[in-house]
Parts: sequence; C-alpha cells; structure tokens
Amino acid sequence: MAKIKLPPVPSNPLSSPKRPGKEYGPSGARGHAAEAGVSAVDWIDERTSLSGGLRWAMFRKVPKGTNWFYTLGSATMFAFLSQAVTGVFLAMYYDPSATRAYESIQYINNNVFLGEFVHGMHRWGSSVMVILIFLHMGRTFFFGAYKYPRELNWVIGVALLVMTMTMSFSGYLLPFDQRSYWATIVGVNINGTGPLVGPYLSEFLRAGPYFGATTLSRFYAIHMLMVPGAIAALMGFHLYLVAKLGTTAPPWIKAKGPEKLSEEKVTVEA
Amino acid sequence: MNKQQKEKYLRDYGTLKSQGKPFFPYAVAKDSAMAMVVMAVIIAMSIVLGAELGPKADPTSTTYTPRPEWYFFFLFELLRVIKPPALVQLATIGVPTICLILLFLLPFYDRGPERRPERRPIATTAGIFVIGAIGYLTYLGAAAGPPTQIDIPVPANVVSQGPTAVANYKAGEQVVAQSGCAACHKFGENGNSGPGPALTKVGARLPAQAIQRTLLNPSAPMPSFSALSEQSPKQFAQMVGFLAALK
Repeated sequence: MAKIKLPPVPSNPLSSPKRPGKEYGPSGARGHAAEAGVSAVDWIDERTSLSGGLRWAMFRKVPKGTNWFYTLGSATMFAFLSQAVTGVFLAMYYDPSATRAYESIQYINNNVFLGEFVHGMHRWGSSVMVILIFLHMGRTFFFGAYKYPRELNWVIGVALLVMTMTMSFSGYLLPFDQRSYWATIVGVNINGTGPLVGPYLSEFLRAGPYFGATTLSRFYAIHMLMVPGAIAALMGFHLYLVAKLGTTAPPWIKAKGPEKLSEEKVTVEA
Repeated sequence: MNKQQKEKYLRDYGTLKSQGKPFFPYAVAKDSAMAMVVMAVIIAMSIVLGAELGPKADPTSTTYTPRPEWYFFFLFELLRVIKPPALVQLATIGVPTICLILLFLLPFYDRGPERRPERRPIATTAGIFVIGAIGYLTYLGAAAGPPTQIDIPVPANVVSQGPTAVANYKAGEQVVAQSGCAACHKFGENGNSGPGPALTKVGARLPAQAIQRTLLNPSAPMPSFSALSEQSPKQFAQMVGFLAALK
C-alpha cells in the first residue's frame, strides 16, 4: 500500500518575537491597512462591547441533523426585510389621501423607474411572507419545537403571525382601487360584529363611525409605522430567544453521550 | 413535563448541541441560500404577475366585488359555511377567536415530553385536519365565481305590467349584479349561498319599504347602500324595485 504523503508542517508557525527595544507592529502599507481595520473594530468594541454578543450569537452551535426546514424562519424574516425595503421605496411616492392615493400608485406604476416592478415585489412579497410564516409554524408544530423550554417563543411567533395578517389587511386598502376599497369595508364591518371590543375596533380602524377621508391615512399609519415597528421588535426578541435557547434538533435524533465517559471505570487502590 | 423530563431534555439537547456545528458559517450558508430562493421567487412573481391596478375606488359606484386577498379566503368562506343568522357572529368572530386563543396557548395545554410527530397522534391529526380545512376553505373561496352575473327570468306579474316595468326590472337586475350582491347572496342559480340569505324570493318575504331600509341600514358585514341612494336615487330605486319584484 502506497503511503499517503503527509502535508507539510509549517516550519515556524509563530514568528519569533522581536528584540527588545525594537518597535512592534506591522510593517509596510498592507500591514498598516490591516492594522487600521483592526483598530477601528477595537475602537467600536471598546465603547460598545458588541463583539462578545456577536460571538455568542454567531458561533453558538446548532445541533446535528438540522435540515432545510430550519431555514423557513430566517426566510420569513428575509421576506419581511424585502417588504420593508420595497415599502420604503413605495412610500417615497405614495400619497395617503383619499383623492390622491390611486393617482400616486398609478404614477408609481407608469412613470417611476422600475416602479411597477417594486410595487409588484411588495404586493407578491406579502403572499410569499404569509406562506413562509405558515410553513415555519407548521414545522414548529409538527416537530414539537414549541415545547419546553421554548413556550414563550411560540407565543411570540403567533403574535407575529397575527401582525403579519394585520399588515396584509391594512396594506390591501392602500392602492385604493375598487377591489381594495370594498374588501376593506366588508372586513372592517366583520370586525365590528365582534363581541365587546368589535364596534370600538372597527371605529378605530375607520377613524370614525363611517368610512371617511381620514380612514386611509389611519390605515397607512397602521401599515407602515405601528405594526412594522412591533413586528421588528418582536422579531428581535424571537431571535434572541432562539439564540439563547438554541435551535431545536429534529425530534427523531437521539442524543449519544461521549463513549469514553460511559466506559469509565473507577478503581480503588489499596 | 415534570422536572425529571425537563432535565433529561436539557441534558440530551446539550449533548446534541455540543456535537453540532457553529451557526456561522454552516447555518448562515443554508439560510442565505434560502433567502436567495425567496428573493428569486418574489422577483419572478413581480415580473410575471405584475401589479396592475383596478378601477379607482368609488364609494358611490355600483360595480365592485368585495373579495379579500387570497390568504383571507378561508376566513371569508367560514362566513358562507356557517349560514344561520344567529350563528353569523360565531363565524365572523367566534371561531377565529377561539382558534387563535387555542393557537396562542398551545404550549400550555400540550405539555407532554414527546416530540416525534408519529408518537403524538392527537396533535399530528389535529394539525393535518386544520391544514386540510384551511386548504379546503381557501379552495372554495378561490373557486367561487365572479359575483357580477345574475340571470333570473322576468316574473310573470312584471311582464303583465308592460314593457316599462320590464325595462325597470332589467335595469335593477343590472344594478344589483354590478353591486356584487351575489358575492354573499343567492339569486336563483347565481351567486353564493351565504354569508347573506338567499334573495331569490325576497320580495315575497319583505315589502319594498323593508328592503329599502335594509339596504340603507344593513346589519354587518353587509355594506350600506346609502351612498348610492344619495348619488343616484334612480339606480337605488331600480335596485329596490328589482328586489321587491322577486317573488
């Protein structure tokens, strides 16, 4: 059998220390450039101590056996980020007044560079986000990942689901075409049939007893300030808990302890 | 889960975790690949499906189809499945609220230590049933036809009143059809059977005055037609006349 040649071992992995009295530090332009980057990071870290938290979040271990189902949560977050970015660009041109909303969307579609494309990304991105959040919830449910110690994270996740649906509902009105207008009227009326809070909720949504001029700006504020802020905050807490408690392992993976430990024998010397 | 089971879980999980790989770069690489797929899907949908606008919202108009976005279809269909008026509140708020509370509290009533889906038959069956139900209701919502077509033969008593009455009846039929009433009401062969009651013979049940009152002050979730009566009293009168003639 032919022997495999061993890879060469670096002769001296550590450079020898410099003589006392000589200046330490890098030499040459490249060295100084590298040093500048390191010292900038050091400067920030000295004042924020972020590197510890970052190391804790990024270099935590993920159990064996995690598969593609475990990417659904981050995919949902990515869809949310896409919604946020495209939403910012739409907000640059959108005018939340009952008389101008439709025209401003028309302007986005017809006159703004890539306007219809970004509008389409925002519109269909909402469908993608809803599908992903349901898939993520399905994975969590069937893998029993909501059980101890991750109960609170499940509750936050359901709150995020409700808020995502609220985003879809409030965003549906904003183009202010016939479909969105009448669907929203029926939707608000359905809310109004609820017990106790129902009438107050639909009055809050309509900004009054009837669907009026301020309704649209109210939906706009809900859609782009109130709910997204809450989603971002809860998403942060959701992620913190994931990092703190760890990603679950698939339920069929069995833990096997290190064998050396289990075979250990205790001998008592006389 | 009792204390012993909790400790066993944490111990086993600790072992599995220590044998795993670091989040960066292994999980991050997978997540990034998935993010690329999501981005590609969104871009492809935007290019293929576009973002066309319908006609501008017009509170006085009579041509509208109150259809929600597709992922609300299952909530909307719930209204149609549960028909009796006494139970409408149950459909609109009761069932969704109860489901939502059950969903929120899931980890507090399902406390068993078992996590494998095939060893949790009740949870797995319930989950599959809920997904099936939502899927079926979404399908029903998607399959429901456009609620803008009504073909009801002109009643004999209208024909006997002469051509003006027939023309008025036809005009009223068109107003009702374009108002999307058939989205929630049944008219003979057309329309959906719910959430609203069938209107095939509404004239026999209610006099014109009562129909008019209902149109102006409907019970939720039906929208009011008071805007139409102010903007276009003629069309509103035709609408009332048509409905009152359905006997």
